[in-house]
Amino acid sequence: MSPDRVRVTHPRTAGARPRPRTARSEIDAQSELGAVYMSSLLRTQGRLAAAVLLVVLLTLGSLPLLFELFPGLRELSVAGMPLPWVLLALVVYPFLVLLGWLYVRRAERNESAFTDVVGR
Amino acid sequence: MTLLTVSPSGLTAVALVSVVTLAIGAYGWRFSRTTSDFFVASRSVRPALNASAIGGEYLSAASFLGVAGLVLAFGTDMLWYPVGWTAGYLVLLVLVAAPLRRSGAYTLPDFAELRFETRAVRLVSSLLVVTIGMLYLMPQFQGAGLSLGIVAGTDPWVGGVLVGVVVLVNVLFGGMRSITFVQAFQYFLKLTALLVPAMFLLAVWNDDGHPSPAGAAPASWATDMAAAGDYGLYTTYSIIIATFLGTMGLPHVVVRFYTNPDGRAARRTTLVVLVLLGLFYVLPPVYGALGRLYAPDLVAAGTTDTIVLELPGRMVDGTWGTALSALTTAGAFAAFLSTSSGLTIAVAGVISQDVIGDRLPGVRSFQAGAVAAVSAPLVLAIVAEGVGVARAVGLAFAVAASTFCPMIVLGIWWRRLTDVGAIAGLVVGGLLSGGAVVDTLLENEHTGWTAALLAQPAAWSVPTAFATMVVVSLLTPRRIPPNVARTMVRLHTPEAVELDRG
Repeated sequence: MSPDRVRVTHPRTAGARPRPRTARSEIDAQSELGAVYMSSLLRTQGRLAAAVLLVVLLTLGSLPLLFELFPGLRELSVAGMPLPWVLLALVVYPFLVLLGWLYVRRAERNESAFTDVVGR
Repeated sequence: MTLLTVSPSGLTAVALVSVVTLAIGAYGWRFSRTTSDFFVASRSVRPALNASAIGGEYLSAASFLGVAGLVLAFGTDMLWYPVGWTAGYLVLLVLVAAPLRRSGAYTLPDFAELRFETRAVRLVSSLLVVTIGMLYLMPQFQGAGLSLGIVAGTDPWVGGVLVGVVVLVNVLFGGMRSITFVQAFQYFLKLTALLVPAMFLLAVWNDDGHPSPAGAAPASWATDMAAAGDYGLYTTYSIIIATFLGTMGLPHVVVRFYTNPDGRAARRTTLVVLVLLGLFYVLPPVYGALGRLYAPDLVAAGTTDTIVLELPGRMVDGTWGTALSALTTAGAFAAFLSTSSGLTIAVAGVISQDVIGDRLPGVRSFQAGAVAAVSAPLVLAIVAEGVGVARAVGLAFAVAASTFCPMIVLGIWWRRLTDVGAIAGLVVGGLLSGGAVVDTLLENEHTGWTAALLAQPAAWSVPTAFATMVVVSLLTPRRIPPNVARTMVRLHTPEAVELDRG
């Protein structure tokens, strides 16, 4: 009885050769390196969001307190309107749009940087 | 209601808005074939159209009638409502717009199930969507009843039923696809309906030697930032928290984000919404301020909510005055119709997915959900009269800010949020803010701090809900969903990168 024939091959064929790993495959494999890519993206975008919210907090958010602490500000008149009205009925809207526009620009830039790093 | 106030032009305006709404809806019906059309317009709506639709849906009775009425009655402090309703979109833009779209879910409960990978959070979320939706729909129907009462002298229930029927017809036959066109049209109708009369009114005011509205009001009206009694500062900050954070948790706002093609489009859409809301919200305070000069009797009568409808007729004589009044009436009805439609879609989606489930085929189940979503709050609105329009809407914001806001924000940005933590936060936030709502609806009398805290619960209920979610999640680290890393990839990476998104 002869044993079954076994096909002997060289181990270094195309299938066995380790392929160069891409950033995308690292993320897909949830490797440590992939986690680094992901947490870097989350940190960049999270910091951007926090920065915008901080600006809102320091400007808009501080208004009621400022007007409470310095009642004289309420009496100020700008172009015939009381200061609180100028700020809350007019200026605030272009200000919010400007913040939003800056945010969208930066967020998209962050994303294309991520896309450049990890490849399509 | 007396029949003496019947206004043929106002009635014509209401009829016209209803008919045009149905006609534009019918145009969309031709495209609505699949379940996906019904729920999210097959996710093919472009930013400009989508932003107009979001604006049309968002500007409700509270924005169109309520803001001017509040400003007329209480002055400067009330400007925080329109400011907060706009700033809410900025918060939504920076924290959740793109990830929410990228989650690829239909509704808030879908998002919850995707992120937490359990059914339990989904069910709690569904219950909350229905609750917030009803809380928001009821005042729309009541506002419609009051407005129709003014132009036609009808009983309060007639206007509500009219709005309910028009909404239901459109939603039943066209779903989201048809509603998107209707909503976009209604944004521009509402803008025109406030802008054109406002220009006439300002011209009249200028001819009168542009007297200062502040001169005709008590000293605190124009300047006081804390008019609401001794707790004004608390109340103002509580309104700010509720409106800034509540927007992202409203069911009809969130469902719109799923109609964007991708995360980038979701961001751009939100930016256009900011522009559209900013344009609109400049106008209602103009009516409130002019009202101080030309309609001060409404303050004494306690009917300041009608100022937008009444001011044109009082300041401009003859046919023009009647025509301008008819225009603002048309705008008001557009507001009731569009907001009710959006809410109905959102609530119907949840009822059909989570209550009816597989018992009916897709589109049928959505339609059954829509009937339930309209009839329940309509009955409530007819039975329970007398809860102010802006008040009920404000409470809906407080509940949304205390429940969905922490769940979405933490769910997107903090991977260690667990299902147990989310449920605990939803329940605690829901009970605290909901308890304050019930207390308000029962019209219990309170004094001092208790009254201030219960009237505007957001300042304490929102931080408590956030803290609950964080603490309970840290105590239950084993409940972190197994696929959370994959979910984070899905929520945050741009679609252009080919990745495994689970």
